[in-house]
Formats: sequence, C-alpha cells, structure tokens
Amino acid sequence: MVEALLSVEDLKVHFPIKGGVLGGALGHVRAIDGITFDLKPGETLGIVGESGCGKSTLGRAVLRLINATEGRVVWSGKDLFGLGTRALRDERRQMQIIFQDPLASLDPRMSVETIIGKPLRIFHPELSRAEVRKRVFETMSQVGLASSMANRYPHEFSGGQCQRIGIARAIILKPKLIVCDEPVSALDVSIQAQIINLLMELQRSLGVSLLFISHNLAVVRHISHRVMVLYLGKIMEIAERDDFYARPLHPYSQALISAVPIADPRLERGRARVLLQGDIPSPINPPSGCRFRTRCPRATEICAAEEPAIRDYGKGHSAACHHIDAG
Amino acid sequence: MVSAMRSIRTSAEATPPQAARTVLSVRELSVQFKLPHGWATAVDRVSFDLRQGEVVGIVGESGSGKSQILLSLMALLASNGRCSGSAEFEGRQLLNRPAKELDAIRGSAMSMIFQDPMTSLNPYMRVSDQLTEVLTAHQGKSGAEAERIAIEMLERVRIPEARRRVRFYPHEFSGGMRQRVMIAMALLCRPEVLLADEPTTALDVTVQAQILELIAELARDLKTAVAIVTHDLGVIARLCDRVIVLYGGRIMEQGTIDEIFYDPKHPYTKGLLASTPRLDEKAHGELKTIPGQPRAASGDLPGCPFEPRCPIRIERCKAEMPPLLAGASGRAVACHMSEAADG
Amino acid sequence: MSDLALPPSRGVPGEPPEEMPAGLSPFRASLRRFSNNHLALISIVILVLIALGCFFGPMFYPADTDLGDIDNISAPIDLLSAHPFGTDDQGRDLLYRVLVGGQVSLSLGFFGAFVSVLVSIAYGSTAGYLGGRVDDVMMRAVDILLALPFIFLAILIKIVLQDSGLNILGIAFDGPIASVFVAVVVTLWLTPAVIARGQAVGLRNREFIEAARAGGMSQFQIITQHIMPNSINVVIVYSSLLVLEAILTESFLSFLGLGVQPPDASWGSLIDEGAGRIDTDPRLLILPGVFLAAVLFCLNYITDGLRDAFDPNER
Repeated sequence: MVEALLSVEDLKVHFPIKGGVLGGALGHVRAIDGITFDLKPGETLGIVGESGCGKSTLGRAVLRLINATEGRVVWSGKDLFGLGTRALRDERRQMQIIFQDPLASLDPRMSVETIIGKPLRIFHPELSRAEVRKRVFETMSQVGLASSMANRYPHEFSGGQCQRIGIARAIILKPKLIVCDEPVSALDVSIQAQIINLLMELQRSLGVSLLFISHNLAVVRHISHRVMVLYLGKIMEIAERDDFYARPLHPYSQALISAVPIADPRLERGRARVLLQGDIPSPINPPSGCRFRTRCPRATEICAAEEPAIRDYGKGHSAACHHIDAG
Repeated sequence: MVSAMRSIRTSAEATPPQAARTVLSVRELSVQFKLPHGWATAVDRVSFDLRQGEVVGIVGESGSGKSQILLSLMALLASNGRCSGSAEFEGRQLLNRPAKELDAIRGSAMSMIFQDPMTSLNPYMRVSDQLTEVLTAHQGKSGAEAERIAIEMLERVRIPEARRRVRFYPHEFSGGMRQRVMIAMALLCRPEVLLADEPTTALDVTVQAQILELIAELARDLKTAVAIVTHDLGVIARLCDRVIVLYGGRIMEQGTIDEIFYDPKHPYTKGLLASTPRLDEKAHGELKTIPGQPRAASGDLPGCPFEPRCPIRIERCKAEMPPLLAGASGRAVACHMSEAADG
Repeated sequence: MSDLALPPSRGVPGEPPEEMPAGLSPFRASLRRFSNNHLALISIVILVLIALGCFFGPMFYPADTDLGDIDNISAPIDLLSAHPFGTDDQGRDLLYRVLVGGQVSLSLGFFGAFVSVLVSIAYGSTAGYLGGRVDDVMMRAVDILLALPFIFLAILIKIVLQDSGLNILGIAFDGPIASVFVAVVVTLWLTPAVIARGQAVGLRNREFIEAARAGGMSQFQIITQHIMPNSINVVIVYSSLLVLEAILTESFLSFLGLGVQPPDASWGSLIDEGAGRIDTDPRLLILPGVFLAAVLFCLNYITDGLRDAFDPNER
C-alpha cells in the first residue's frame, strides 16, 4: 500500500463577508465545507465542479496560499498547517501551481529566462549564473520551448507558449505535486491538446502528482487516474476514472456527464439527457441537508433533513447521497 | 423538476429540405481592421447562406474571425473596422448601410445574443424596461401590451415567477438567468434570423445544457434561422444542422453536420476533430495535435492560412490560396490536396 | 512567428543556442514611445542646456564675482559687456546670481525629488502589499502628515536644523539649505507613497504574485523583485511632477524667507528680492522668473510625455 503523498482531512475554508457598523462578519462564504481525500505519488486526481464548488479554493488551500478555517493537510508525512514560515518555504520546493490565465501568471517585466530560473535562484543561491542558465535551457526544451526565446518577454508569446513557460517554472525544481488550476481552459482547442500531452508526458518522466482542477469533463477523463466531483464545497462523488465515467452513482455526476456535449452528432441525437432545473445556489447560504437537493431529481424529505455521509461502494468508489442505486 | 429530454433533432433526416427559403445570403464578406502598421484582414471573402429554420454552426479558434462575421452583419464592428462584400437579408442589403435603415431590422427581424451575460444587459434599467423597449420601438405596442408579451416570453424561457421577476434589475439574476433574459429579448419580435456569439461559453456545464436546449426549442417553434459561433465542437454536434469551419478568416470546409463530423475532408477539420478530447473515449494515449498556434489576422499572405501547420502541405499551398470548391449539395472544401466533395 | 512549440532541432538541450534575439521589455517599449514625442525631447534638451549653464557657467566668471563689482553698480543690460545682464545695486552680476541660484534650485529640486521617490515607493509598496493592520497604520501616518499645514512644518524643521545643519554621506549641508531640503522631502514623498500603495494593492492579487508566493519567495523578495518594478511606470510619471513640485516648494520657501539666505541665492530668494525692488529695477525679478518659468514649462512637457509613454491606463 503506497503511502499517500497528500492527505486532506475535513478541510474547511470559510471567507467572512465584512460589513455592518463595526466591521464584523455578516456571514461566511463556505467555499470548502469539509473535504477529505488522499493523493498518491505519481497520480492525477481530477477535480471537477461548476461555479461555487470551491475547486480553485481547494487547490490554493492545499498549498497554503490561502488560510484554511479548519482541517488538516498531511504533506509527505508532515502537518502542513503546523509548519513555521521557514519550514513552509522549504516545502514549497515540492509543491507548485500553474494557473488558468497563462499571461497573467508571468511577471510582465521579467524575461522568460528570469521567470523560469527564479525558483532555482531562490532555493539554490549558491548556483552560478551559468549553471542556472543551463538548467533553464534544459527545462525549456523539456516543455517544448526553443532556447533562443529565453530573452523575450511574456507579451511576445501566445497563450499556449505562456502556459509552457508557467509549466517550466513549475517543474524546474522537480516538485512532487503540481496543482493545475484550469490550465487549458483559456487555450484554443488545438493548443489544449498540446498542453495536455505535455502534462501527461511530464508526469511520466518526473513522477509528479497532479491535482487537475477543471470544469471540462472530457479533458479530465483523458488525463486523470481518479475523479472527484465537488458541489458547493462538498464532495459528491470520488472514484477511479473509468469506473466514474462508466457508472456515475451520484445524480449530480450523472447530470454533469449528461450535460457535456460530445463531438458526435449521431451520439448526441440518441442520448437521453438529464436536465437540471434552476441555478446553482449561493455558497453563502447553502441548502440544508444535502446541498444538491434543490436541483436533484431524486430529492425527498430526508435529503432536506439530513446531510448524506460519503459511503464507499467498493473499488474506491464513494458517493454522498441518500438515493443511490448501486445495483 | 427534471426533464429527461430526447434529442433535439428527432428525425433521422437531420437537415431541413433544400427547398427551404433562404433568409440570409452572404457573399464575399471581408472584414479588415486598421492597425498602426496598416490594414489587417480578419475575415477573407466568406460566403454562405442561411435558410429558414436551420441552425448553422460557425466553428473556429481565436483569430479565425468568426465573431467578426456576426458583428459585421449587425453593423457592430469596432470603429477601426471596415467590411466589404454583400449580405442580403430578405432582399435588403445589410452591409455599409446607414444606421436608420438597419435599425428597423436589428432587434426585430434579425437579432443577436452575446457571450457575456454580465455585460450585455444595461445594469441601470429594469429588465421589464429593456424588454418592453424592444417591443414599443419596433412594433409600436402600447406599454401594457408590451409588458404582457415580455412576461409571456420570460415564462417561455423558463424564468420562474416571471411576473414578479420582470421588475428586477439584471444584477439580481444569476448568469444563466441573464442569458435567458437576453434570449428572451432577442426573440421578442420573432426574428427571422438569430445570431449567437458563443452564447454558452461563459456558463457552467449544466446551465449550458439548459440554454442550448432552450435555443433549439425556440428556434424550432418560432422557425427562426440560427447562426451560432463557437469553438466547441460538442455544441455544434448537439445543436447544428450545418457547419462552417473557419481558419485565419477563410472558410476551410462546410457541409452538413454528418458530413463534417464523419467525413471531414480538410486537414484542419480532421485535426480539430482528432485533438478534441471526448467524454466517451476509451483510449487515453497521446491526443493528436496540430502543431503551432492559431493564425491571427491574416489574409495578407498569398497562400492558404493553414499551410504552416498542415501535415499534408505542398509547395503550392504557400503560394496559392486554394479556392473553396463547392459541390451541388452545398458541401465545399478549400484545399489543394482534396477534390471538392460532392455527395 | 516560427513554430516555437517544437523542440530545437540542433544543439544539445542545456547548451546556449547560437543566436538569441533580445526581447522587448515593457520598459524599453515605453522608452521607445517616449522618444517619439518631439516636444518632450526638446524640453529635455532645453532643460539640460539650462542645467549645464547653471553649473558650468559660473566657472567663466572671475573668482571674486561674489563680492560685486563696485565700479559698475546697477549697470544696464549689455550683452557684449562683462556683465551681460547688468548688475544689481551692489554691483553683483545678475546673470551670475541667476546661474548660481539655479544650481541651488535645480539640485534641491532633483535631489529632493529623487529621495522622495525612493522613500515613497519603498514605503507605499510595503504598506500596500502587506495590507491589513500594517497598511492601516502606515497610511494613517501619511494621512496625519498630509493634514499638517505645510508652513508650520517648514518652520518647525527650520528651527530644528538651522544651527546644526545636516550631514548626509559625508556631504555637509548648512542650516538653511538643509532645512529646505528636509522640508521639501518631508512634504513631497506623501502623495507618491499613496499612489505606490495603490499600485501595490492592485498588484498583490495578480496571478504572478501568487505564483511567486507559491514559489517560496519571502515577502521582502516579492516586494523588491515584483511589486516595486511593476510600479515603476506610475512612479516614473509622477517623479517628473515631483521635480516640478520640489523646485516650486523650494522657491516658495525661499520667497517667504524660510529658505536660503543671502549671499546664497536660489531662484526663489532672488524672486523675493526682486519682488521688493520691482519699482526700481524690474530686472531683478524678471530674470530669475524667466529661468524658473522655462524650467517649469519644460518639466510640464516632459511629464506629459512620460505619462503618454509609460502610463498603462492611457493606452
């Protein structure tokens, strides 16, 4: 049994809404409201959900880029939230992030070489300039960027190239975990495929784990080993990839999968579709009991009264619903 | 609470009969923008027809010029843009006409919905005012009558408690609701043509499904012809009867939906289909990719815009733009390496 | 652009490539835009000429010019004579006085602005990036200083410094000059600090800052390597305005008698003297006034040019 690289226990992140006469909190945005999961080395966990599900917040909370309200994260055997500033800085070597907007994640005033080499300079100040440059060029070729572009500036590159620069910066220290926050959503389709292939290749060669956050179920299917579905800050379902897409248990997962249009007209014509009513409720005041009940086709009284616990249905497939037919 | 819907096109014959009336006829439409270093071509001599009741999808990536086509038809180009060519709607020319002439058409006989529901509604006006404005301006309806029609349309686009919500301001609606309001506004005067520019790109997946369903249903009921611009091949597969594939401002291929998806002739179409990850795929090796990046405003070079990225290019492709060769059935391909498809 | 997505076809990965085109940094792009602005360029030339004149012109005069040429009291303007602009009622050459006065005004102006820019950008960036209580405290201090009446501050500073003077980096400033310098800096750094803080607040939520935090950079490193360089644009635009303000402030203080004292001169003190003699000898007022006005005009055009070239909001 492989030791988990990352272990998240009952994580909660609530953002206070300031207001009122004395500046007290009027309420809280319960972005993440009790999430537990594991991540193994070399594994890609796809995190899917729509607006307000908290997936971006989860990615940042796991890296301690934002402060969690409650819960524990065990990283490589250490209690992440208990680390002091210096120890945390050290751990940052191993945990990196790539962003949705490729251009915005690069400092516009720095050359590509400076951007990619920065992590190296921060953590290995003893390296000479020439050594850093060498590593930068190596990393650039790993991500498919021509070294001759090292002196250029971010605004001179396309979106896909900027994303490659971001990936190069993330891998230069050979991290164990990369949080990918919608890394291909802002890219054209033909470029998306290039970046997806690159990430999969890097995972193979570096053995890095990926937390792949996306709203695109098809991309997630392609790249993930396991899939986790979030809704309003809670886990609805988590399963091995093939099992998830073949046999989604939770009504929300079924609705999501049914909603995604497939580039195949005959298939589309014949598909039965589950259409949800209404819009996603606000994370400030989530519905009582099961959060999904306001849009769920199977909702009954128990769903409003009692929040369903996550139950295991075998083969690592878990879901939180009172009305699952696991037959 | 939930509707399990059958597919949008219930008949096996997915395309409307050829005899359907042509409502919009675009010929040699070109759009150019004045930039500091000269004019750049965004759309290069695009021609297509829109027939009554059909849904045509215009698919392309960034720089393909797809949005500019719609904007020029509605005379909404930026001030540094100009268009040439012809676009006939019900026998009337649309391009480069004085605003007064177009105002009678825009919003009533021909309307448009946009990508971002946040910014396409006036935040300072109540929804009821924005809807009734369309009716009183174009159809001379009285205030009360207009409000009745507006509420009816809101109910039709499935906004709950329409009677109460019609008095709300846009910011009091969610994103999906705002998009419905925009659709309602566009369809109030029962237009012949509806132009949709990435109408669901900014929406969540489950909301997108609802909106697509809505557009299809209303188009069917009101017999409106729809031209939808998107980069999402899945949306095209779900909604459209015919497809136009655009790259670098030129049409690369066009045909019926089955022709494009099951018998693509152009290397770009093939590449696009191959590089799209599919929800139902079982194999998970490398995705086929198209190397390089999409071409920005082009048309200034003599050859095919796709040539630098094309896997089957020859010398001729760089020197000479391949003509869009059309067969009798409306199928057309612009590529030196493939004969024009005809059946 | 060639297909950069493909790996390089020759050379070993890790080796520097044969040719590496230099990129166009945003700073160089702005400089290029600035150099297209002819009015601003001409203003710079004029300003440099005036500065050269002020600093090197007096060298052409004999060493004892300070004492005045008693034989030539109140000489009229005679461009070809030893006293091109004439002398005042003590025989002191007017052009000489204006040039020497220019030394004081210009150096106080530029040096004062320079120090103010440094202090304000460091202070404002830190406050804006750190946010929270630190930001509140730091900015309230600025608010308090802004609220204090300027003259009151200037008098206070003069009283404190007038005998001791200042010693900065081995350069000694005597009482009056030191107090003017400090008064200028103390008032001038406040508004750009607020601006720099605003920039930092806008920047701190940008994704590349998040990336820097994820990359393990300390707060100090982020402020110095990311926040401050990205505030350069706005600060550059503001700094030329600061020079303008510094010169004006100095002139104002000297005009009030709170600045440099005779025999030292600055344009402000010369204007003060000239204002008192406007009935008898208007030249005493007009000459320094013209020089001051010319410098202010030039700075104005330079500021406009800098703003057009550097300020991202303008484009």
